[in-house]
Amino acid sequence: MAKGESVAGSDIPAGGFVQLLTPDGERVDTVTTADGTTYSVDFTDEEYRGLYRDLVTVRRLDSEAVALQRQGELGIWASLLGQEAAQVGSGRALRPQDMAFPTYREHGVLYCRGIDPIMPFGLFRGVDQGGWDPNEFKFNTYTIVIGSQTLHATGYAMGVTMDGKTGSADGEAVIAYFGDGATSQGEVNESFVWSGVFNAPIVFFCQNNQYAISEPLERQTRVPLYQRAGGYGFPGIRVDGNDVLATYAVTRAALDNARNGQGPTLIEAYTYRMGAHTSSDDPTRYRNGSEVEAWKAKDPISRLKAFLSKQKIAKKDFFAEVDAEANRQALDLRERVLEMPDPQPVTLFDNVYPNGSPEIDAQRTAFAEYQASFEGSAH
Amino acid sequence: MITLGKALNHGLRRALEDDPKVVIMGEDVGKLGGVFRITDALQKDFGEDRVIDTPLAEAGIIGTAVGLAIRGYRPVCEIQFDGFVFPAYNQIVAQVAKMHYRSKGKVRLPLVIRIPFGGGIGAVEHHSESPEAYFAHTPGLKVVTCANPADAYTMIQQAIASDDPVIFFEPKRRYWEKGEVDLDAPLSGAFPLHSARVARPGTDATVLAYGPMVRVALDAATAAAEDGRELEVIDLRSLSPIDYPVIFESVRRTGRAIVVHEAPGNAGLGAEIAARITEECFYSLEAPVLRVTGYDIPYPAARIEEEYLPDLDRVLDAVDRSFGW
Ligand SMILES: Cc1ncc(C[n+]2csc(CCOP(=O)(O)OP(=O)(O)O)c2C)c(N)n1
Repeated sequence: MAKGESVAGSDIPAGGFVQLLTPDGERVDTVTTADGTTYSVDFTDEEYRGLYRDLVTVRRLDSEAVALQRQGELGIWASLLGQEAAQVGSGRALRPQDMAFPTYREHGVLYCRGIDPIMPFGLFRGVDQGGWDPNEFKFNTYTIVIGSQTLHATGYAMGVTMDGKTGSADGEAVIAYFGDGATSQGEVNESFVWSGVFNAPIVFFCQNNQYAISEPLERQTRVPLYQRAGGYGFPGIRVDGNDVLATYAVTRAALDNARNGQGPTLIEAYTYRMGAHTSSDDPTRYRNGSEVEAWKAKDPISRLKAFLSKQKIAKKDFFAEVDAEANRQALDLRERVLEMPDPQPVTLFDNVYPNGSPEIDAQRTAFAEYQASFEGSAH
Repeated sequence: MITLGKALNHGLRRALEDDPKVVIMGEDVGKLGGVFRITDALQKDFGEDRVIDTPLAEAGIIGTAVGLAIRGYRPVCEIQFDGFVFPAYNQIVAQVAKMHYRSKGKVRLPLVIRIPFGGGIGAVEHHSESPEAYFAHTPGLKVVTCANPADAYTMIQQAIASDDPVIFFEPKRRYWEKGEVDLDAPLSGAFPLHSARVARPGTDATVLAYGPMVRVALDAATAAAEDGRELEVIDLRSLSPIDYPVIFESVRRTGRAIVVHEAPGNAGLGAEIAARITEECFYSLEAPVLRVTGYDIPYPAARIEEEYLPDLDRVLDAVDRSFGW
């Protein structure tokens, strides 16, 4: 089958993927893959509603961020629009003891980790460079240099093994997030090598959103990304990244395998970046509107909404309540972002070294004196 | 009048026209025309084999460019931002810089690595760095940077025409500054690539700057002139090699030297230049060579980058200190 082609008459890309909820909101009970693994989920109504709430909330917070960027309140923003299901599905599959290594777009996973959604705004507003506590939340800082975090995740996972924290159902697992473009980086390939060789308890979660800035998937690979895993000695699986149930099921299974000592898995979440790469990008230069429209029909939120309605798991007032609450959170976030103060200039010198440095201390002092020399002047 | 970014675009276009062996490669350089649009419309006009959208892999970009160069091509590689050159660092310092030496001169690598560098555009981490010293420290590489549209236009063509591997730093916050450019000027008559240029003559002190800091130095010279001090501003243009004769001549005349750069001071180019001036011009100096640089910290968050970046006040302050000696 030619690259990029779909299985005839379906929404499924060549090579197939795990899907538990169709774009029309129909539940698929179980999916069994070629290797005999069966995927399913069994949620209570409350849990289904919770997933829906997550999806709506992270999208709404994201849209507020986009607006804030347009109003000049953020230097840049990397929107997750379209990728909510991949992030919430995988993020909710994590257990408290699991560690996540994100890129710069994982605001939805961050939300699932229980981190105050304002945290990434420091970076994008330019008042700090991240700054939540990765150890507290088991969610590392954002990584902007493409692919670097996959090696950190691998090393962390090796440490989990060395600490004897694998091999049981309550063991620890690690997840590394990255994009389709990142798979071209040497470091990502090295992380695959290391994870395979050391049987590290890690899940590689690739959100294939079809583009690396302007470059389509075909510029990064000739084979479906999930198939690469075989060459490194671990399983790869593709999941419908716009299906929150399937991403949850597949990620949970892979994490469980990792925590049980069965080593790495590569998950390719097949999805689409609906917005621009970041707010500095002009997607009209490299993709056409009909493509975007086609993906709109596969929207992760509307399909879950359709399912919840059909199954009478949720009614109109629930959806209205979720929207209202998300809106309230977004406005609250907006206010707090606007109040984020610029850092004091002298904080330039903070945290360069954990125990300080005589040279930096001297520069700080000289800087403070220099700043003070302007006080009272027209400067 | 065209912008520095557009001047680079014209220079690249002319290089592609003049030599069929020139190829441009990098992330997003094709349809998008690069994130700064420096390669705008070049793929449309020269095709996908001449202007190549590469996979997202910097080691790959430089490593394959080495092979292309060995094969007789003249690759012009774009690294999207300064902070993303490091995945390619191994290829650049261990391979690109050494092929000619290693092969006893049999292998030439006429490749250019374009890197937008420096801060001042309000970007996030890794988008505002000044890594020039790492490369200047590596023998076998030439390292240059332009400071105005006219230089951008000629220097990029000269870099491409050069048989040496050239790291070409583009002062990204000056991409939008305009200047006169003679697009028809023949390259043969151009000011040599590896020469420093006196950007403003003066008699009282020499301010040495390059890339984005040349504008700052010139503004400082204008301000100092109001106080009756005539600063000579030298735009280094080439960072490796450095055009020392021009510098020594100036410092011997003025007796004072101030080196300005955005990169941290520690082990930076300013240290090297100050040492060389001290060695060569000791008896002409009225004051120690001073440096105005970024602090020895990681590049800070955007909202306080103005405090980090050397500005006109800090240059004038150094001038005062020099005169106060
Ligand atoms: C090493 C490196 N090179 C280049 C960049 C610039 N850059 C930022 S995001 C990006 C595209 C990333 O694409 P992908 O990995 O598919 O992730 P996505 O942003 O689509 O989620 C590029 C080229 C970078 N951040 N790091």
